[in-house]
Amino acid sequence: MSTHDAKAMRPPGAIDPPMPLAHHFDTAGQQAGSAKFGMWVFLATEVLMFSGLFLAYFIVRMLYPEMVLSSHELLDKTMGGINTVVLLTSSYTMAMGVRAAQLGDKKGLVRNLVLTIAFACVFLVVKYFEYTGKFSHGIFPGKYFNYAEAGAYAMEHGGHVLQGKPHIFFGLYFVMTGLHGVHVVVGIGVLVWVLMRAKKGQFGPRYYAPVENVGLYWHIVDLVWIFLFPLLYLVR
Amino acid sequence: MANETEKSTREPSFYEAQTGWKSWAFTLDHKRLGIMYLLSTMIFFFVAGMSAILLRTELLTPQGDFLPWLNQGLASLFGNPITEEAAKAQSGTTFNKLFTVHGAVMVFLVIIPSVPGALGNFLLPLMLGAKDVAFPRLNLASYWIYTIGACFFLYTLFAGGLDTGWTFYTPYSTSTGTAVISATLGAFILGFSSILTGLNFMVTVHKMRAPGMTWYRMPLFVWAIYATAVIQVLATPVLAITLLLLIVERWLGIGIFDPAMGGDPVLFQHFFWFYSHPAVYIMILPGFGIESELIAVHSRKHIFGYKAIALSSVAIAMISFIVWGHHMFVSGQSELAGIVFSFLTFVVAVPTAIKVFSWVATLYKGSIEFNTPMLYGLMFLFTFTIGGLTGVFLGAMSLDVHLHDTYFVVAHFHYVMMGGTIIAFIGGIHHWWSKMTGRMYHEGSAKIGALLVFIGFNTTFFNQFVMGGQGMPRRYYTYVPQFQQQHLLSTIGAYILAVGLMWTAAYLLWSLRKANKKIQPDNPWGGMSLEWQTQSPPIEHNFHGTPRVDSDPYNFPQIDRTGEVDGSH
Repeated sequence: MSTHDAKAMRPPGAIDPPMPLAHHFDTAGQQAGSAKFGMWVFLATEVLMFSGLFLAYFIVRMLYPEMVLSSHELLDKTMGGINTVVLLTSSYTMAMGVRAAQLGDKKGLVRNLVLTIAFACVFLVVKYFEYTGKFSHGIFPGKYFNYAEAGAYAMEHGGHVLQGKPHIFFGLYFVMTGLHGVHVVVGIGVLVWVLMRAKKGQFGPRYYAPVENVGLYWHIVDLVWIFLFPLLYLVR
Repeated sequence: MANETEKSTREPSFYEAQTGWKSWAFTLDHKRLGIMYLLSTMIFFFVAGMSAILLRTELLTPQGDFLPWLNQGLASLFGNPITEEAAKAQSGTTFNKLFTVHGAVMVFLVIIPSVPGALGNFLLPLMLGAKDVAFPRLNLASYWIYTIGACFFLYTLFAGGLDTGWTFYTPYSTSTGTAVISATLGAFILGFSSILTGLNFMVTVHKMRAPGMTWYRMPLFVWAIYATAVIQVLATPVLAITLLLLIVERWLGIGIFDPAMGGDPVLFQHFFWFYSHPAVYIMILPGFGIESELIAVHSRKHIFGYKAIALSSVAIAMISFIVWGHHMFVSGQSELAGIVFSFLTFVVAVPTAIKVFSWVATLYKGSIEFNTPMLYGLMFLFTFTIGGLTGVFLGAMSLDVHLHDTYFVVAHFHYVMMGGTIIAFIGGIHHWWSKMTGRMYHEGSAKIGALLVFIGFNTTFFNQFVMGGQGMPRRYYTYVPQFQQQHLLSTIGAYILAVGLMWTAAYLLWSLRKANKKIQPDNPWGGMSLEWQTQSPPIEHNFHGTPRVDSDPYNFPQIDRTGEVDGSH
């Protein structure tokens, strides 16, 4: 999708603000390339950080397969499923937003950013209800885990028997989804920042690096969830 | 050349271009940030060095006399005197806290940020012919994140210290009463600073090279910093998640590392060394980079095996990720894993040896100038080679069973970190001192300093190899009397080393006095890399216009050393 193709598809009333060139760059291409490369390197660090958690998850699952299987029944597959759909849709609106920025379509960009932020908020609201639901049944991470309450809840919730050391599974559940949730909150922050700039008409075919980078970040947040959901909610 | 007319035609240096505290605290200039890193790391070097001196003083006698005396003295100074027995009882913990402070501060606050933060920041854009690093604001952020992390460490000191050692091994770190959370949070935050610096440098090397500056025309220091940056970016996130899990373990007890809760303490060691083994290459690779510059410039010969040295840095960076298990030969890891890790550890010796032999080959028939930077360069060759080869001893499984947790490990680690990185760093500071400050230190004093450092360092650590081989375990506060002679020798060496380093700091600071302010030649060594082709200290935007490069930085012209070299060869 070079800018050449984009020119032909540009909507009526498209804007084309220039790229503000920082003092230490020689060309706009150098600046845009640096921003994009830097973002990809940053995404690599994100992947490696979460990979530590995934490794911890697999070790725990290898050590205590029955415990992981019985504990995961307490997670709400419906809510997790809804959140998966919500995040996937938000990734779609984000991608549409980046396209709108490339075409200089200010209205489309603002609309898609607002939608993305809205979906992110829906995700957090669902997550809030999930967490409080867990807390109300004594399912806290680690040493605060209440075996009696959680065990009783498991029995009435489909007649499951909690086995072994479920505090480890829920400890990991809260750490993994918690760290992911922090990333969603940060994502909302940077999306709002890009939205403010988009409203001022700062992005167009020649300058859309911040929109694209925030989009990349948002996709990685989505991607992490795509792995978290089956690993935690759909254990078989 | 130091006359008034020339002075007036010079542009203001980056120091003079802006003034006031804000011009430092909010600066986006990589050179100022380099100076700020230099000062910060040197302050913490002093703190860590002083704790080492206290440790060595305690080890003068086998039964533990100095720390009880110190504890008693401090207690009565603060108005709640304690008995001699009480002082003796708490002195073991004091010793543990002291070596933890020494190790954690040296690793996280001094060695990791020292060369990339100070020299890397200052020189990388200059060497590439760029006006700044790719993300100057991120660079500033990463400095301030460093200071926030440092504050957490300082808080840990005042909150009663930490006694786990710098490795934070579980389950001790989840059960000890000392300030683990603030220390690990500090290391976590410092990790972010390290990641952001690495990211910045990677992008800078990829995108900010001047026209004509191809990959194989980059100075070898840049290659080394680049390889370091790759490790920083890929390994540090794993440290971040490890420390996060440790903090959560201690705070909520999720039971992933703590065996009492159903966790696996060896998993922590895997996690920790997956970062911390690459981290020792984060510490030594920049030292290799400095060494290449010192050897080539001061023997005025084209570096031998340029591509081999450049690519061996990258090879070391890659191999560093698959050797972490050699820290765990006696942790109950499977024999097969042990054999594989042992083999891979030996493989690291290949690219490292390529470097060492190339440096020696560079010296061969070169016009060696025995000035201070070169003395440090030669010192590095000597001490680092000892450190590197004893690393091969420790990589051999059967030998490691005998040598692990002894002074042999202490000696090996100090020969590579102190004898490698710190020696190279001091050499680099001398090499680029006139570039950074526009002043020249007193050569005679510098030679005395180099001699003191060399004698002090080897006296301290060489006989620790012997002691370790004889079975003296590390991290002990008392020991059997048969080792007293050797400990005495080590402690005397440590005092000489301390005097040498203080002396070095003193004459370097003395060179900054007003009376010394005559304009130095911009290029006192006749270096051919780009950082020497601009004013010393550089102007705010480094170069007048963007430089063009048509040759590699080690093509020294065939001229005498008396005059300044002009850039057109």
